[in-house]
Amino acid sequence: METVPRPGKGVPLKKDKLQAKRKKPRRYWEEETAPTAAGASPGPPRKKKKNLELRRQKLKNAHNSKKSWSSKKSQVTKKSREQRRPREQKNLREQKKPGSQQSLSGAQDPFPGPAPVPVQKARKFCRIDKSKKLPHSLPKTQSKLEVAEALEEEISIKAARSELLLAEEPGFLEGDDGEDTAKIRQADIVEAVDIASAAKHFDLNLRQFGPYRLDYSRTGRHMTFAGRRGHVAALDWVTKKLMCEINVMEAVRDIRFLHSEALLAVAQNRWLHIYDNQGIELHCVRRCDRVTRLEFLPFHFLLTTASETGFLTYLDVSVGKIVAALNARAGRLNVMAQNPYNAVIHLGHSNGTVSLWSPSVQEPLAKILCHRGGVQAVAVDSTGTYMATSGLDHQLKVFDLRGTYQPLSARTLPLGAGHLAFSQRGLLAAGMGDVVNIWTGQGKATLPALERPYLTHRLAGPVHGLQFCPFEDVLGVGHSGGITSMLVPGAAEPNFDGLESNPYRSRKQRQEWEVKALLEKVPAELICLNPRALAEVDVISLEQRKKERMERLGYDPEAKAPFQPKPKRKGRSSTGSMVKRKKKVLEQEHRDKVRQSLEEQQKQQKQQKAKPTGVQPSALDRFVR
Amino acid sequence: MQAAKMNALQTIEGLLTLSQQEELVDLPNSYPLSASEDEGDSDGERKHQKLLKAISCLDEKNRWKWTERSEASLQVSEFNMSSEGSGEKLVLSDLLEPVRTSSALAAVKKQLNKVKSKKTMELPLNKEEVKQIHREIAFNKTSQTLSKWDPIVLRNWQAEQLVFPLEKKQPAFVPIELVLSGWKARTPLEQEIFNLLHKNRQPVTDPLLAPMEKAALKAMSLEEAKMHRAELQRARVLQSYYEARAKREKKIKSKMFHRNMKKEKARKALKDFDHLWKVNPTAALDELQKMEKARVMERMSLKHQNSGKWAKSKMVMAKYDLEARQAVQEQLAKNKELTHKLQIISESEEEKRGTKEEESLVPDVLNEVQMCTDGPNPWLLRGCNSDTKESEIQPDPEQQPEPVIPKFPKTEEDERPAAEEEILLKGFGESRSLRERFQLNRDTESVGCQETKDSSTQDILAKLKALNQKLENRHSSKQTVSPAGTVLQVQREECIPEEEESLLLQRPERVQILEELEGLGKEEYFQNKELPRPLLKWKQMKRNPNNQTDSPKGKKKEQMIDLQNLLTTEPPSVKSLAIPTAIEELEDEEKQNLKQMIKEAFSGDDVISDFLKEKREAMKASKPKAVDLMLPGWGKWGGAGLKPSAKKGRRFLIKAPEGPPRKDKDLPNVIVSEKRNIHAAAHQVQVLPYPFTHHQQFERTIQTPIGSSWNTRRAFQKLTTPKVVTKPGHIIKPIKAEDVSCHSSKLGLSVIQSVTAQPTGNKKQKTDKSSVD
Repeated sequence: METVPRPGKGVPLKKDKLQAKRKKPRRYWEEETAPTAAGASPGPPRKKKKNLELRRQKLKNAHNSKKSWSSKKSQVTKKSREQRRPREQKNLREQKKPGSQQSLSGAQDPFPGPAPVPVQKARKFCRIDKSKKLPHSLPKTQSKLEVAEALEEEISIKAARSELLLAEEPGFLEGDDGEDTAKIRQADIVEAVDIASAAKHFDLNLRQFGPYRLDYSRTGRHMTFAGRRGHVAALDWVTKKLMCEINVMEAVRDIRFLHSEALLAVAQNRWLHIYDNQGIELHCVRRCDRVTRLEFLPFHFLLTTASETGFLTYLDVSVGKIVAALNARAGRLNVMAQNPYNAVIHLGHSNGTVSLWSPSVQEPLAKILCHRGGVQAVAVDSTGTYMATSGLDHQLKVFDLRGTYQPLSARTLPLGAGHLAFSQRGLLAAGMGDVVNIWTGQGKATLPALERPYLTHRLAGPVHGLQFCPFEDVLGVGHSGGITSMLVPGAAEPNFDGLESNPYRSRKQRQEWEVKALLEKVPAELICLNPRALAEVDVISLEQRKKERMERLGYDPEAKAPFQPKPKRKGRSSTGSMVKRKKKVLEQEHRDKVRQSLEEQQKQQKQQKAKPTGVQPSALDRFVR
Repeated sequence: MQAAKMNALQTIEGLLTLSQQEELVDLPNSYPLSASEDEGDSDGERKHQKLLKAISCLDEKNRWKWTERSEASLQVSEFNMSSEGSGEKLVLSDLLEPVRTSSALAAVKKQLNKVKSKKTMELPLNKEEVKQIHREIAFNKTSQTLSKWDPIVLRNWQAEQLVFPLEKKQPAFVPIELVLSGWKARTPLEQEIFNLLHKNRQPVTDPLLAPMEKAALKAMSLEEAKMHRAELQRARVLQSYYEARAKREKKIKSKMFHRNMKKEKARKALKDFDHLWKVNPTAALDELQKMEKARVMERMSLKHQNSGKWAKSKMVMAKYDLEARQAVQEQLAKNKELTHKLQIISESEEEKRGTKEEESLVPDVLNEVQMCTDGPNPWLLRGCNSDTKESEIQPDPEQQPEPVIPKFPKTEEDERPAAEEEILLKGFGESRSLRERFQLNRDTESVGCQETKDSSTQDILAKLKALNQKLENRHSSKQTVSPAGTVLQVQREECIPEEEESLLLQRPERVQILEELEGLGKEEYFQNKELPRPLLKWKQMKRNPNNQTDSPKGKKKEQMIDLQNLLTTEPPSVKSLAIPTAIEELEDEEKQNLKQMIKEAFSGDDVISDFLKEKREAMKASKPKAVDLMLPGWGKWGGAGLKPSAKKGRRFLIKAPEGPPRKDKDLPNVIVSEKRNIHAAAHQVQVLPYPFTHHQQFERTIQTPIGSSWNTRRAFQKLTTPKVVTKPGHIIKPIKAEDVSCHSSKLGLSVIQSVTAQPTGNKKQKTDKSSVD
């Protein structure tokens, strides 16, 4: 569901910091070009020209250097806040008293009225499905419907107008003519970008405690990782400030942040443990044993665990209760992903199927046969449209989740992808052995084109964990040699919601957010395949109630009263004529019914007839052996 | 004497035959009848006396009911039995009345009449009824007084938000003139500007309106506009009055009135003409010429063919004067000649038209006259002609006495009633015939109606049939078994009853369903066998030519193939720049070996067939089950080794209604659970709120999310505004009539304004007070 854009208004104090941190390398050149901007960071003057060019013509990098790493965000930020403020104020003033000013000065507003909003933008925020035709409604109902529609239009226009506040634009990477972006190495990128961004690329050399799994917090500010041999650590990865580092002295299979960076769940050899950011063990959940994979559903406060015993367990972390423990009946579960759109859990099985689960239903909501071999990895994109799976048959497939569950594209990889991850903007990363491949689509939430990778990177060891960082163009890769933070331009959403997930929030703000989030917690029962279905009337129980009421009363209170002809004057309302009129109406109704049913039948016939014509066997088919 | 009696008898008999319903009070027919009965009696003396008496009775003055009671006699004539006296009531005054009316008794009679006319006082109504009436009146009154609140109630009901205590809405924008009136130019620049403005006669306070515009606005004030409108309205009303009057006058049947009117008009015209003559002689001459021309035109049109003065006088003369008669006839012929319209049409039509015109233009009477010119006096045949027209068989004696008429000693007065009667009778006959015709018409009409109805129903039937045929044609074309001839036959069979047709309609579908079932069964059979895939394919291909027609099966098969394709086809491999080291190290042969190994490893477990099996099971589980009510030993021997007959099995099997199609019907690689999420359903809306009648309508109103995470702040505030807001610390007073009037004036509700008739000043004060509150 499209949410309304919000400016990063969380931390006004840290705005400068925000810019410094959020901006991709390009930004500090820009500040140089715009000397009015406050944050004067020294930059190498030699690249100044090139970058200017870059900015002016976004499409091509005129410079003869191989890589170009640019972020359009900087363009917008160039018109810095000092500039924007006064203009906004002026707008406000103009809007307040347009009439008086205009008439006094005699000057006319060249753009009278509110600013126009493009229809396309506004339509994005419309939720009422007008394609369905409604049954005939009474005038009172009609008025209500009209009010609802008018309100929706007004609201969508408001939302579209507020899109102006989404100042940042995503970054991108473009090669020179005919140059493959996949050939651009991380080192080149790091060389091209500014220091702040370059600092986001790092390697942690941790060869001692085996392959690592990692997780980013929802704000994208914190990272936690755990080595197979018990090494658990959490850090503010941007500043590289370590929060805690412990060894749990037990095999660790997975690690995950809970709703905030203050709590982390660790799937240890026997049980599930929960630590705080000081490394203090808070809980040991013994009902979740031999957990292989962890997922956290942030809006429901549910920690889902998939275990070796084949159980999928939902643990409500706000109340510490197990909501549901479902037996998947498919052996060991070691592939799990969540659908961020509807909070459905996807489990990959060894028989090539992927099953979708909700805590309120004991059986899988759907089962999709994806691969001929076992499923190795599953990932779902942020809009809930695409699901990427890889199997033991060395194939990588992208499925459509919008009801059809058909593969949209498939590729055979030299080695099956063991790990998959989708970024916020729909980039797909796959870890195959010690190589990470990243594919991209045309824009946000589009199908990643699997023909040629966008980026590739070779790591020190085989990949064991893969995760994109939210709101940062960074991909974290855990491998046997430690942790690698890769730069992936255009991976993350450039604009964040300051009230929802603010990377720069203070402790107080975090606490406040926590309370609000808890208040807005979504009950676990509401998880279903189509969350929009919750806004529909439960027709079955409605019918049931109607039926019961009819039984109770002995008649149908909502039944249409039989037609009673009005008495007419001047002797025309004889009993005979009344009966005749009544009969006429009845017959008309009957006729309508018959006509309708006939039309339906015809339609069906047509459909049935139309279908076989689609696959007419050709004469040459007989030679096919 | 006897002869006279006979004569009288004859005439009276004739009359009686003509009008038996008529009560001829004037003619004491009882007497002559009795006379005729007593013809053979001996005592003629007494008869004679009676006759005399009767004749004296004929006198107008002492005309009283003459009834006779005859003694019992051997021969009772049916004519003697008169029922004249039996129906009459005895009136009290008759008893009182002496033979000669005495003036003294008149007062008593009057009193009596008065007493009779006075009605008795009615009983007072029942107490309950009185109460009920009172209640009704009270109810009507109160409902009327309450109805003035209806618009307010409606408005409040529709209002997005109500803030209590209700406030008068202040006009949002104060006119700019008011704001500027208190403002003065102070700085030198301002003063200079204003000087400039004054010099150039530019608007200062109200910049929107230049003096010219103001003048234009002033040109028509509200009062003027109102007056103009009222004038227009009056004119319209007058016109309508005039029209109505003209219509009414035109409808007046009185000839006298029209004559008078015409005369008046003529007089007026003359007067005008005189006046014109005095004022403008040339124009008057023109006018005169015009009038003359009109007169000539009128004469030429021969409007008065036989109703003019001259014609009438000639007609009177025509009785005796042959020349006059000829003149009249000539005139009529001339008229006919002149009025005959020249038309160029086909002959046959012309003939018809001509005769018709003759009929229409010339009065019937004249035609009759021309027809029987051989008769001695056509003008006097007038009366009977209609009869000839009415009844074909004219009694001969009627025509025969005609020549005797001149001899017949009858005064005109005697003749007239007869003629009148004739006319009456004719009218009656006509009306009867008309009625008959009408009835016939109605019958025919009703028949026609039925026919039309029939035709309409037949139309519908025909349509239905056509549709059916179309459908059937389709079926037949689909099946391709039935030759075209049969189709045609079916088309020809239009007399099949509807039910049969509906059956016909249903049949092909059923067949299809059966086919589907068969197909499914076959498929299941196939799949259960779990043959090696190539073999299975081959078998299917072999099967296909046998039944190409069953499309669903074909589709299913297609699906299966699709599923196979889906998983077995090798998608193009990615050419990655960086190949994982594990593979890089291997050489080509080893790679191939690896692939082979993988293939071998997965050859054992057939993922696809497993999945299909699972899906079938799921489908079976979700299908509604049929209930088998058969008892094995019932009506037949049962036990081990005995199988109950299939017929019985079918008979006692209650098939469950087929549920909605599965969501994964067309998705070969997916099993979608059909189980209802009851936990989520508990959170769904289960009752439709009031104005909605269908769930889709309500769903449309709740589709927009109202949360702040989906909306801008303003939108969120707007979406979540409370319906009713009460200001804390304020007294919420009940709504008053004054307030209502204040609101209504804004809305333009005249009803409430009239109800709250209060001086405006008073109102203002009150509103001020409330605002102060």
